Amino acid sequence: MIQERTLLIRSDLDIVSARVEGRDMAKALGFGTIDQARIATAISELARNVVLYAGEGTVTIRPTERGARKGIEVVCEDHGPGIENVGLVMQDGYSTSRGLGMGLPGAKRLMDDFEIDSRIGIGTKIVVRKWLR
Amino acid sequence: MSTELIRIPILQIENFLVASIQVALHDRSAVQFRDDLLQRIFDTKARGLIIDLTAVDIVDSFIGRLIGDVAEMAALMGTRVVVSGLQPAVAITLTELGLELPGIITALNLEKGIATLRNQVKQDEDLGGGPQ
Repeated sequence: MIQERTLLIRSDLDIVSARVEGRDMAKALGFGTIDQARIATAISELARNVVLYAGEGTVTIRPTERGARKGIEVVCEDHGPGIENVGLVMQDGYSTSRGLGMGLPGAKRLMDDFEIDSRIGIGTKIVVRKWLR
Repeated sequence: MSTELIRIPILQIENFLVASIQVALHDRSAVQFRDDLLQRIFDTKARGLIIDLTAVDIVDSFIGRLIGDVAEMAALMGTRVVVSGLQPAVAITLTELGLELPGIITALNLEKGIATLRNQVKQDEDLGGGPQ
């Protein structure tokens, strides 16, 4: 039984810990090396956004199921300023900081599901999933 | 939790520098690595630099861009950069991220990387001293 893990994200060191956790769980769930790298890289991008824009947040990694499909779910949550124009940040190349503007669209391409809920002054919650083939 | 910077050793072979990343780099260590590389290029007047990524299993957009920056900055200083040992999973995630590292010369492994650099440097010399 693989347990859900929640990690506090406050600095660049936590970004590394989160992606290592993600890779380990992906491996334990039976993902191949390329999907492990996709999942870990997506976690890295999401966690970096937390550090850059919200300063602090959490990443939760857990096994998930939908019907007969099994996979991994990553929930990235912060209580930062929120994203004013979600459509804009999902465009390739859009960035308001040191990022390359490929964090969110990149994470979306690496994963199968991508859901974002962001409210000004309240925070941002992003859920991504990858399914085992 | 340690907040100490990880320093990547930079070795000199002939007139080339070789740096092999063997640990998961967090952002500040990666920035330190870039600065160390540029300083060493300046100090040694190295003609080429190989960044070996054989042991690296994840390159996110931050590290990817940093490697691109190093190649660009080194070129300004007259030094060729070759990235060697990119794992298949890393190459795939980099392109899916949208980071294709244009202008970066790659080699399958360190040995081929050194051979590639020698050729590059020789070409530069034949053309009259290479990038200045």
